[in-house]
Amino acid sequence: MTSQTSTEYAKYYVPEKSKLAVCATIGLVLSIFGAASIMNDMTFGDPGQETSSWTIFLLGLFFFIATLFNWFRITIKENIAGMNSAQLKKSYVLGMFWFIFSEVMFFFAFFGALFYVRVLVGPWLAGEGEGGRMNGLLWEGFSFSWPLMQTPQEAVGGAGAQLIANNGSFTSANTSLSFNDAHAWWAWLPLWNTLVLLSSSFTCHLAHMGILNGNRSKFNFWLAVTVLLGMIFLGLQYMEYHEAYVEYGLTLNAGIYGSTFFMLTGFHGFHVFMGMTMLLIQLLRSVVGKQFTADDHFGFEASSWYWHFVDVVWVFLFLFVYIL
Amino acid sequence: MGDHHHGPAKGLSRWLFTTNHKDIGTMYLWFSFAMFILGGFFAMIIRAELFQPGLQLVDPAFFNQMTTLHGLIMVFGAIMPSFVGLANWMIPMMIGAPDMALPRMNNWSFWILPPTFLLLASTLFMEGGAPAAGWTFYAPLSTTYAPPSVTYFIFCIHVLGLSSIMGSINIIATVMNMRAPGMTYMKMPLFVWTWLITAFLLVAVMPVLAGAVTMMLMDVHFGTSFFSAAGGGDPVLFQHVFWFFGHPEVYIIILPAFGVVSQIIPAFSRKPLFGYDSMVYATASIAFLSFIVWAHHMYTVGMPVAGELFFMYATMLIAVPTGVKVFNWITTMWRGALSFETPMLFCIGFLVLFTIGGFTGLMLSIAPADFQYHDSYFVVAHFHYVMVAGAVFSMSAAVYYWLPKWCGRMYNETMGKTHFWISFIGFNLTFFPQHFVGLAGMPRRIPDYALQFADFNMMSSIGAFIYGASQILFLYNVIATIVAGKPTSEEKVWDGAEGLEWTIPTPAPYHTFETPPKIDPAHAHS
Repeated sequence: MTSQTSTEYAKYYVPEKSKLAVCATIGLVLSIFGAASIMNDMTFGDPGQETSSWTIFLLGLFFFIATLFNWFRITIKENIAGMNSAQLKKSYVLGMFWFIFSEVMFFFAFFGALFYVRVLVGPWLAGEGEGGRMNGLLWEGFSFSWPLMQTPQEAVGGAGAQLIANNGSFTSANTSLSFNDAHAWWAWLPLWNTLVLLSSSFTCHLAHMGILNGNRSKFNFWLAVTVLLGMIFLGLQYMEYHEAYVEYGLTLNAGIYGSTFFMLTGFHGFHVFMGMTMLLIQLLRSVVGKQFTADDHFGFEASSWYWHFVDVVWVFLFLFVYIL
Repeated sequence: MGDHHHGPAKGLSRWLFTTNHKDIGTMYLWFSFAMFILGGFFAMIIRAELFQPGLQLVDPAFFNQMTTLHGLIMVFGAIMPSFVGLANWMIPMMIGAPDMALPRMNNWSFWILPPTFLLLASTLFMEGGAPAAGWTFYAPLSTTYAPPSVTYFIFCIHVLGLSSIMGSINIIATVMNMRAPGMTYMKMPLFVWTWLITAFLLVAVMPVLAGAVTMMLMDVHFGTSFFSAAGGGDPVLFQHVFWFFGHPEVYIIILPAFGVVSQIIPAFSRKPLFGYDSMVYATASIAFLSFIVWAHHMYTVGMPVAGELFFMYATMLIAVPTGVKVFNWITTMWRGALSFETPMLFCIGFLVLFTIGGFTGLMLSIAPADFQYHDSYFVVAHFHYVMVAGAVFSMSAAVYYWLPKWCGRMYNETMGKTHFWISFIGFNLTFFPQHFVGLAGMPRRIPDYALQFADFNMMSSIGAFIYGASQILFLYNVIATIVAGKPTSEEKVWDGAEGLEWTIPTPAPYHTFETPPKIDPAHAHS
């Protein structure tokens, strides 16, 4: 260990002063302030009153995205200029890995909520076990099944008949999006979505094989297919949401089934959008900028990890939201 | 590129645009102290109101806002950032790294904090006032019955989480990737170990908190029913999600404190730390257990008996690794050549008072007994013994211990010791009587109380004012040291101190270890 002299050790690049952090903060704080104001206008505000919430939000968001764009541009330039030692590259690898882990934990919270409701809360509200006493007192007549097609509120005769404080009106859907309620397997969108997303993980892997072999056209082709599949997924999800809202009456107000359904699939869809954007940028970097080599393509690799992560989340969603 | 020996830039831009771990550490430390003063000011309002029974100064709604903001600001604004600041300053110097692994992101993690806390504090002036549901913001108080400002609060929590996650990713990448050759994991100073494990905890649970507040946001604005039984959800769901974050969170606060104490006690005992390996394993065990004990905060909420039992026994298990730590610190001091400079005094104060806090925690872990203690002042006393005498005392110790290395000047020892003794007396006067009033049934978060609690509450309030005043002395001592303290240029400021940070010049140069130091393989960890 002592034989390691300092000259053998490549210098770790520590950037000098940078305005990125302060700019990103300004953008971020403006956009959250704007977003919170928009929601408060919507829920508590006076509908006739003009506010500048949207302006603040969009301005902040634009500035934030522009800063991030610039931030990534600078790091890419540094890498191309050869400033990144192998050790620094490993820092980026670790950073991406633990970022994805934090995303896993974010979904864990919502899956946890889903399981808690399905396994414990539902039966309790329906009168089962020690926790079931509230059924006779507050929710008489409520019985539990999943997907929940009648909320406790509806069971007692609507928001007006409810014995405890009214915090909204929760009207169930008439049909769920579960497999059991599908009229035909081929008309069941989640199945197609699963096929699309699983094959996109496969094409993403093919793209990776392409760049590893130094075959840029193969890389570009399969990456473009992956991005396209991502878009198809989002298109199908849009159709599904439309169907849910318009035909099935499955909305955010449809009780806990609607809440968990939209929370899980919505955040997943948002992550698909993010992953797709990341991959699209890598595609543009390769097509326009001729960037990436067989042994230096971390921008793509990180995006592909993210893409596989999104795919794995979908497998769990498919299982626990749509099938079981 | 010829930029090897840049000093700091001049003026404000040095701080705004810096990528230097020492600058960022300094900003974290000053910011957290400012938040400590603000949160402390709210505590003074609480104690002034409780000085006598009956409503004295503020109306109950405002009192609730004070308890809420006091907790939020102390946890997220004072204690957590202070240890992140310490991590920034010390980890690169302790493992022989030139800086943190991702320096620009490091700066971003810090700069998110000031405007976010400004926004959080500004909720006080919004219509309907600040959120008032307590720092644990249980639904439906924080959803159905919350003031509109709760929306801003939710987004503040989101970006604070973002800052914490980025800060922790940085710490993980630094520790895993930036250690000097020969600095193996089991040679790392314990402060680095405790922070590494803390960072894992943060990356694991901050996103869960983000999930909890997102569900709140949806319930408040978009008609979902996560926390509403009428739609098939459950308000208790909030408590589960919150405490899945919240319990690891309290270890996030205390583990770096353990690290600090494990650095300082050996230095002033002039002996290596007793049981280094067991300290590492104990820290990891505590971290693991923290994920499976969350519902001990909710014994009275109506859980199945099997749940109560599981969480009770799992919680009691934590006493084992924590006991290992306490015994190791005591054994380190055993037959050591002890001296009692200010950092050591704070560490011994920590050891005694944290142990008391640990024992009351053990009392609270007993589910049937907790039905009596729950939400009483006994709980308030318990967690202030671990948060204040645990985290804040160790933070004070850390500042006195490393300040000479940071600024090349020695603090005034008499003033430091005075600070310790006033803090120690003020703290115990504040919180020790709260055990008694709590056991006798005084509930927390209520601005008024029954007459029989009057004497103890007056003692508590006087103690709080004393403790608060002692922090002004601390501030004065730190500033006086930086401005006009006795210069010192000894590399090893404390003769018993071990570790790489004591091998570099004093004051620590702007850039350290641009080329990694050589680690003597025979040399044990420090």
